[in-house]
Amino acid sequence: MFVKGLATGFYTTFRHLFRKPVTYQYPERKRPVRRRFKGRHSLHRYDNGLEKCIGCSLCAAACPADAIFVESAENTDEIRFSPGERYASTYEINMLRCIFCGYCEDACPTEAIVLGDNYELSYTDRHDAIYTKEMLIVPLNEGARPTPQKVEPGLYTRSVPVMDNPRD
Amino acid sequence: MEIALIVEWLIKAVLMLAILIVGFAYTTYMERKTLARMQVRYGPNRAGPFGLLQPVADGVKLIFKEELIPAKADKLIFILAPMLTVIPALVMLAVVPFGGTVNLFGQEISLSIAGDINVGVLYITAIASISVYGIVLAGWASNNKYAMMGGIRSSAQMVSYELALGLAFIGPILLASSMSLEEIVQTQGRNIWFIILQPLGMIIFFLAAMAEINRSPFDMPEAEQELTAGYHTEYSGMKFALFMMTEYIKVIVISVLFATFFLGGYLGPFVDQVPWLGPLYIFIKTFILIFIIIWIRATMPRIRYDRLMALGWKVLLPLALLNVFLTGVLIIVFPNLIQ
Repeated sequence: MFVKGLATGFYTTFRHLFRKPVTYQYPERKRPVRRRFKGRHSLHRYDNGLEKCIGCSLCAAACPADAIFVESAENTDEIRFSPGERYASTYEINMLRCIFCGYCEDACPTEAIVLGDNYELSYTDRHDAIYTKEMLIVPLNEGARPTPQKVEPGLYTRSVPVMDNPRD
Repeated sequence: MEIALIVEWLIKAVLMLAILIVGFAYTTYMERKTLARMQVRYGPNRAGPFGLLQPVADGVKLIFKEELIPAKADKLIFILAPMLTVIPALVMLAVVPFGGTVNLFGQEISLSIAGDINVGVLYITAIASISVYGIVLAGWASNNKYAMMGGIRSSAQMVSYELALGLAFIGPILLASSMSLEEIVQTQGRNIWFIILQPLGMIIFFLAAMAEINRSPFDMPEAEQELTAGYHTEYSGMKFALFMMTEYIKVIVISVLFATFFLGGYLGPFVDQVPWLGPLYIFIKTFILIFIIIWIRATMPRIRYDRLMALGWKVLLPLALLNVFLTGVLIIVFPNLIQ
């Protein structure tokens, strides 16, 4: 009566015995991340080395988990960090509070803070989870000068720089 | 008492315990790997090459775990219950013949632990019944109503299926006209394996034995989702390891018993000339049966408790009685069929 059903069931599990398993053997092989994956944050720069972050703390306002702490200070032409009026003198993200939602990335007017591909974040102490600006800022490219820079007066007069439309 | 005899018994007993415990460890490994492959994933493959040291890692972990005894639990019985469950499982194999007689160090040694008792089957059913005590006491002593319900359910299940199991044993006993296991094996050697003569008895034995050891798909008493792990909820560390040990050692034991009763025990080609092939044949048959038990676990869903009891009382018991009746008729009608 139910012998046929039982036999089909047992044959199915037996057949699966000879299939290649679908597990990714982490950490030797890792699953590729998707294109807009929301991983570790990074503060980006322009090509000439100036930081994109203007210290407006819209990201801190948008963050639902209250993970970002921003203190801003005025740029002068002698000591210039960003092409706007202000720059972020203190920028800290508490990774234990962050929920990796990406709202800060959406809120940023200059595309400074971007969530990248790295998801392998671990720390052994609670205090190591507070990522400071030095840890978050991206390294310099070729042909870029490090911040703080000394620039010509009158070159950067807008409070918010000119932005292209976003491509992604 | 000869000193050689005592030494022989001691060595055989220690050897049986050692083989059963190592067998338990690697049965857990085999189960995890086989279940995993049937579920299209790898099993443990990090602890040692191919995960072979996984049981060692588990054992070390369980030894280091904190052993909690709940506040108002009955301490003596709480500690005694796992022992009461595991010791019958370990000694059940004492009467099974693993081979003929070999000649070692000038002595004729029979390859069976306690020699050949002429009521071997009675010994096995008696010892199997003792382990019910361990489970119901474990549930009671935990001072936890879910554990107690798990213990009661489990003991009710085991007691119900013991009836069908005992009646399934009667088939081979009638065919061999003896309760001694050596005689049953020899009768299979002279005629044909009892799996051909007793198909119904074989199925009943298999199902009843799996229900007896609380094994999937009859593992409702220890179902994590329904009863928060049933009778061993409050156990941790080594005591929990002893319960796990019971379950897997009983898997090995019923495989060996099935091989002895229905698959010809230690018989196989050339076993008269080379007596050491006897244990090898039993090992091969047991291995195949353990694989089938794991295969059943991977395939079938758990049976609901009331349907489980209905299966035991309303289906298996009448079928077992029918089996005994038919075997008896066979023996009376064809008296010279089985030598």
